[in-house]
Amino acid sequence: MSRDKTNQKSIRSMIQENKSSRSQSAVMEKVVPKIFLICAIISIFTTLGIVFTLLTETFTFFSRISIVEFFTNTRWFPFTSDENADYGIIALVLGTLTVTAIAMVVAIPVGLAVAIYLSEYASAKTRKMIKPILEVLAGIPTIVYGFFALTFVTPLLDKIIPGGISIFNALSPGIVVGIMIIPMIASLSEDAMNAVPNAMREGAMALGATRFEVAIKVVLPAALSGVIASFVLGISRAIGETMIVTIAGGSRPTADINVTESIQTMTAYIVQVSQGDTGYGTTIYYSIYAVGMTLFVFTLIMNLLAQFISRKFREEY
Amino acid sequence: MDITINKQLVQKGEKDQDFTPVFNINNLNLWYGQDHALKDIKFDIPEKQVTAIIGPSGCGKSTFIKTLNRMVEMVPIVRMSGEIVYRDKNIFDPKYGVEELRTQVGMVFQKPNPFPKSIYDNVAYGPRIHGIKNKKVLDEVVEKSLRGAAIWDEVKDRLNENAYGLSGGQQQRLCIARCLAIEPDVILMDEPTSALDPISTLKVEELVQELKKDYSIVIVTHNMQQAARISDRTAFFLNGEVVEYTDTSTLFSNPSDKRTEDYITGRFG
Ligand SMILES: Nc1ncnc2c1ncn2[C@@H]1O[C@H](COP(=O)(O)OP(=O)(O)O)[C@@H](O)[C@H]1O
Ligand SMILES: [Mg+2]
Repeated sequence: MSRDKTNQKSIRSMIQENKSSRSQSAVMEKVVPKIFLICAIISIFTTLGIVFTLLTETFTFFSRISIVEFFTNTRWFPFTSDENADYGIIALVLGTLTVTAIAMVVAIPVGLAVAIYLSEYASAKTRKMIKPILEVLAGIPTIVYGFFALTFVTPLLDKIIPGGISIFNALSPGIVVGIMIIPMIASLSEDAMNAVPNAMREGAMALGATRFEVAIKVVLPAALSGVIASFVLGISRAIGETMIVTIAGGSRPTADINVTESIQTMTAYIVQVSQGDTGYGTTIYYSIYAVGMTLFVFTLIMNLLAQFISRKFREEY
Repeated sequence: MDITINKQLVQKGEKDQDFTPVFNINNLNLWYGQDHALKDIKFDIPEKQVTAIIGPSGCGKSTFIKTLNRMVEMVPIVRMSGEIVYRDKNIFDPKYGVEELRTQVGMVFQKPNPFPKSIYDNVAYGPRIHGIKNKKVLDEVVEKSLRGAAIWDEVKDRLNENAYGLSGGQQQRLCIARCLAIEPDVILMDEPTSALDPISTLKVEELVQELKKDYSIVIVTHNMQQAARISDRTAFFLNGEVVEYTDTSTLFSNPSDKRTEDYITGRFG
């Protein structure tokens, strides 16, 4: 008891002593929030600046090419004389959507299965081992995936598919983009499913539900908003993916999609123009801003959709 | 774990005691890792009566009732020995599936745990996973179960609203309705009123009295008055052992063990 008291006294005196240095920390209390505010403002203005540039350059483009032609023409053929050029975004959009669709067909079932396994079946030990592996996979540079598509997956598909496959095609980058997205969907979905309280699993188990029924009919619906958000983020990621489709997808924009043939996505077109020696001020130069704007609108819509869906499907607990 | 031995046990139980047992538990031991949580439990649970389990916190009450529907096996480090016979069947017999056991032996938890679904879907969940899809049948089951849990009048106009809009007491009765919907034989309740206010507690207690006409009930409670009010038989657990297990009136008025007496007179725990 007596020792406690001396301890308390010394702590009290230590606090007293520290009070003198409080004036210093008071300055910190005032300055630090201001620094944070400046950081926030800088990032907001950068974003606004990007959107502004995108908009002005896009307007210039549409002063040369009619917006109606841009959205209705199905041919994208800019590298020719100006009067023969075609700027129909549909061809590029279809290229992007094809790759995205293939990627999601791969990534959603596999990612979800991994998430269900990790959250509902794996022991704590297994989960601790696999989760970091997923994070490492998610950190592999996309150029590595690109060459994986070109030098491994494409030749493999060429052997499997009767009639073979072009060296540049939609299928191979689609599958590889899907593989790239699996860790993201698995990890985010697993987080959402892990957040479902155990009491709910117990409630279902006590009614005689099997583990699978618990996973599919209780945990998944309860985590649905997070799971769907992970799908939409995956779709956004696939739409914006650049390196893999540039390396393995080819550069033949077409509205006449055949997954075994070469295609071009919006991102791959932007890379193609940026790498070439297109002069500043040409229509082709401005076209990448129009394509970029379209890409931006797509991801914006995806994000709004994600918010809408997750609010609609949210199960409160 | 031989079935013939189990049969004998059941018959012995019938002879020795003046009730029909639904559960015969013999030499049950349970460990969490090295922690010996249940020690040589011998216990017969009567049919269509309320059996209360009392004892200080950490004495193994929850662990014990969770062995009866094998929910305790969700803890990976659990080891068990001994036998539990439910109506002539050894519940650890691999041929007697754990899911089937749980459709017979339902459970209500300490904290109300409805699913984040509508009131209707909560009650229909059990019948649905067991293959009942007919809308008319489900409607009937839902109404009957909600009436059985004395909550029908409060929710009949809002069956499609989320269960989490209900008060804690209503949620707990909804969980009881969810349990009734698969027409169990035994209902296990682990401190079902500890998270509820006094009025909701009273409602659940009245409900338990009502339910024992059709169901065998095992209820864990840390509240001795509650045990005295609603149970027919009471067991006093201490450090993983059954110290005394007898008629509720005998246990509270004339305990035979000194430790029981100390506990019910409030000298410890
Ligand atoms: N999941 C668990 N893991 C390890 N030990 C546990 C676990 N659950 C309970 N125990 C231990 O088992 C003993 C009995 O616990 P419990 O059955 O919850 O007691 P009660 O319900 O009577 O309060 C306690 O010593 C407790 O620490
Ligand atoms: Mg307990």
